[in-house]
Amino acid sequence: MRFSDQFESRFTEMLGHYPTKRSVLVPTLLYAQDEVGYLSDEVITEIAGRLDLTQLDVRNVISYYSMLTTKPRGKFNVQVCTNIACLLRGGEELLEHCAKKLGIGHKGTTPDGLFSLEEVECIGACSWAPAVQVNYAFHENLTPEKMDGVLDEYRKRATQ
Amino acid sequence: MAELVSHPDEVRVVAKRFGLGATNIDRYLELDGYKAARKALGMQPEAIINEVRNSGLRGRGGAGFNTGLKWSFVPKVSAKPKYILCNGDESEPGTCKDRLIFEHDPHAVIEGAMIAGFAVGARSAYIYIRGEYRYLLEIMQKAIADAYAKGFAGKNIFGSGHDFDLYWHGGAGAYEVGEESALMESLEGKRGVPRIRPPFPAVVGLWGGPTVINNAETLASVPHIMLGGAEWFASLGTPKNGGTRLFCLSGHLNKPGVYELPMGYNLKKMIYDVGGGIPNGRKLKAVVPGGSSCPLLTADEIDLAMDFDTLMKAGSMLGSGGLVVVDDSTCMVKFALRIMKFYRHESCGWCIPCREGTDWLEKTLARFHSGGGIKKDIDNIQYLSENMLGRTFCPLGDAAALPTISIVKKFRKEFEDHLEGRPCPFEKSGAVERLPVFA
Repeated sequence: MRFSDQFESRFTEMLGHYPTKRSVLVPTLLYAQDEVGYLSDEVITEIAGRLDLTQLDVRNVISYYSMLTTKPRGKFNVQVCTNIACLLRGGEELLEHCAKKLGIGHKGTTPDGLFSLEEVECIGACSWAPAVQVNYAFHENLTPEKMDGVLDEYRKRATQ
Repeated sequence: MAELVSHPDEVRVVAKRFGLGATNIDRYLELDGYKAARKALGMQPEAIINEVRNSGLRGRGGAGFNTGLKWSFVPKVSAKPKYILCNGDESEPGTCKDRLIFEHDPHAVIEGAMIAGFAVGARSAYIYIRGEYRYLLEIMQKAIADAYAKGFAGKNIFGSGHDFDLYWHGGAGAYEVGEESALMESLEGKRGVPRIRPPFPAVVGLWGGPTVINNAETLASVPHIMLGGAEWFASLGTPKNGGTRLFCLSGHLNKPGVYELPMGYNLKKMIYDVGGGIPNGRKLKAVVPGGSSCPLLTADEIDLAMDFDTLMKAGSMLGSGGLVVVDDSTCMVKFALRIMKFYRHESCGWCIPCREGTDWLEKTLARFHSGGGIKKDIDNIQYLSENMLGRTFCPLGDAAALPTISIVKKFRKEFEDHLEGRPCPFEKSGAVERLPVFA
């Protein structure tokens, strides 16, 4: 299986960071997921092979980390925080609004494969609550109206 | 990205370079960058440790242990390599300060890690940044590359004959990894399950070598201590609580934001003056003083100096500096439920009291909040929580139990108001969803 040149050079660089090969596992899985969209059987086999681990070792690690997924999801993963600081400033209403607007629930994906929705735990934006992360981009101090604008922007980006 | 705020009472030490473009290494050098590391290179390791110890700098991650003292536990001679590990897995609900440090002043963290390395005899440092903070990991990657390019890292740094290597590392979403032993497991490419102590990381840490683990804010404070001196730093705060702190103000406030205030700043003033008070004419009900794992304070318990010892005396903790302000429109049962839902989600399942306790507590609180509670549940919630305390490998069990116990004790009436099938008095549309849970 082929990853991008950037992935490969980063992977080689990281192997030099640690005394054990296995130490590159967690960040490598996330970078692989960013390229493929999810951690497919093929990705797991490839990474396990490269690091002299069993597939079970790798799956064991995947199941621990909440950002890692073995299921495909939308191009844009809308992650709404509803933890305490966001809860107090309308995080739940924002999640409900997104669910209605996108027609999907927690961990659902729209039929066109554009959006996924996820209720997430604290993303470190407490002072700018309520906050949402779309893939890695932060969107803060949101209201349902502002959220509509954010979603529209991503929809536009997908057609370009 | 994240907006910056200011207040006249702020004393900017760690935040000194925020907004000044210090991610650029040349700009950082203009702003006294890497002077502290150069100075430390000319000092004896014991002298560095003493300076940091005397400054009264205490761990900014939440535990509040004296940083210099922590460094002094590392054995002088070790067959295995020693390591510095920067904890940038900021995930405590209410906390968003390390994010600003990485965004505005990544070199300060690098410099702090170097100085820690000189002090304990480590020749490499790892900077672990949580997976969600991808843009900050990229800033750090560039900062490290720039430090190498200038000859500040790698072989013969600053032409001193010393070698020091710096590495970045990204996480993939896990609160528990913020606990030091789980952090090491994660860095070693495993599930972030905590290790039993002793041995402590200062003796047996990463790959079996002695390891110093410090929070990003702690390390970012170190260069300022080296330049300004222990006495100056200590004088900024209260006795045994040196320096300043980045307080993350959030929740029901007019002016939420991250403010750098001296240790021991009055909590009431922090809420009503710095944070601009409670919006919409509402009244204060409760405060989470230092991240979601701290026992809550009620509105009449807030005339306090915000330092580790005063908060401990008041039955709470200063924690990670995440202040969440709750007004009187909030249902405390729901608030307790949301906190418990978080800990249930984050519990790794290694220790049974935490795995089962958080699960049962979430179920009980959910049923209670939806009007299906019975009177004995109230004591049961407290009892279950108390039975988690001190019975787990890492403090996640305590972190789930402490706020819950405080909410049951301090807001018992709100629990009673939910009894006998009555809907939550704070919900606009009556009772909330029922979970299929039975008493």
